[in-house]
Amino acid sequence: MTPTRYAIGFLCAFGLASTAIGGPRETLIDRYAAAAKAADAGFAGFSAARGETLHRTQYNMGKADTPACTSCHGNDTRSAGRTRTRKPIEPMALSVSPERYKDIAKVEKWFKRNCDEVLGRECTPLEKGDWLAYMMNQ
Amino acid sequence: MNIPVRPVVAGLLVIGLTAAVLTKARAGGDDYFPPVKDKLTVDECGSCHMAFPPAMLPAASWRRMMVELDDHFGDNASLDPQTAAHVTRYLVDNAADAGGRRYGRKLMKGVPAGASPQRITELPKWVREHDEVSRSEWQHKDVGSKANCLACHVDANDGYFEDD
Ligand code: HEC
Ligand code: HEC
Ligand code: HEC
Repeated sequence: MTPTRYAIGFLCAFGLASTAIGGPRETLIDRYAAAAKAADAGFAGFSAARGETLHRTQYNMGKADTPACTSCHGNDTRSAGRTRTRKPIEPMALSVSPERYKDIAKVEKWFKRNCDEVLGRECTPLEKGDWLAYMMNQ
Repeated sequence: MNIPVRPVVAGLLVIGLTAAVLTKARAGGDDYFPPVKDKLTVDECGSCHMAFPPAMLPAASWRRMMVELDDHFGDNASLDPQTAAHVTRYLVDNAADAGGRRYGRKLMKGVPAGASPQRITELPKWVREHDEVSRSEWQHKDVGSKANCLACHVDANDGYFEDD
């Protein structure tokens, strides 16, 4: 029973993943990977673990009331967050918000705004790729 | 997709508020401000706070706001020029002294012609309508900001600012 379920789960996940190949998310990741490699020849792929650190670290380098990504997006990637004006933000985990990260211009726009809010600078392609790897794993 | 979630969240917020604020917000007249119907404007102006109805500010306000988006109340809300032009046109066309006059006129009392106030929450008429709301109600954790209209006006996204 359990192994069968695992197998089915695996096939479904695989099926989903393969239908996504060549989609806008992959284009985006490829783009960040190329830029990360150009910046550092030793680049060896994105890391969800580094992405999680980026997401959770209290940087305090941007605006006072938003020290971390979690200040708005919340501690649980699968639950809603909220903006400073208290508007709910849908969860960031791809598993619960399957429509996310398809619109490249939208992703870029918010990385630019939010990295500035939290880090006081833009995020590097490596940071963006790591963060997306984390959310796509969630 | 978003539609079923928001009213639920707004509903939950409201339950947390004092009954007094609620009764007050529910009582009263016919204040309807047509909600934003333009998709691009909802997307670009409705992610950090509700997309405020264009009839709540005069055209000069929207024009000024739209060229100062890189420092929008301390946030960077800037848009590419094409998107900005589209959104500006929509807001200006439906402003309180343009297409939205019928609805917006009442909020414009005391605003000098040609002025470009940037906050709805600082319009003299808005301040007067809210002078019964106490400090503790504004500071309630589910309100947090005067600009969080939805905390008290549950149907604000449909254009209704009192009754629900
Ligand atoms: C000031 C509040 C705030 C902070 C802090 C914040 N975000 Fe966001 N973020 C938002 C809002 C609002 C949206 C847009 C609403 C939505 O997509 O549901 C968003 C959207 C995004 C998106 C686009 C999602 C999509 O569907 O395309 C990305 C990527 C993102 N944020 C990354 C980050 C990262 C990385 C950090 C930390 C460096 C961060 N955010 C910190 C408020 C914030
Ligand atoms: C990146 C987040 C963000 C985006 C995007 C954004 N705003 Fe705002 N806006 C804010 C913040 C923060 C405030 C201040 C809220 C407060 O005082 O609590 C604000 C306040 C306002 C106010 C004044 C509210 C009041 O107090 O009466 C108006 C009007 C407004 N925004 C219109 C717009 C329009 C039009 C757009 C689209 C072009 C837009 N906003 C996009 C963050 C944003
Ligand atoms: C803390 C709760 C609260 C918040 C937040 C709030 N309001 Fe109100 N609002 C009220 C109450 C209470 C009234 C009084 C209703 C009455 O007397 O009919 C009111 C009245 C109004 C009226 C007049 C309605 C009438 O009957 O003439 C308008 C318009 C309005 N609010 C708009 C807004 C807008 C726009 C925002 C966000 C920018 C907002 N309000 C935020 C509580 C709130």
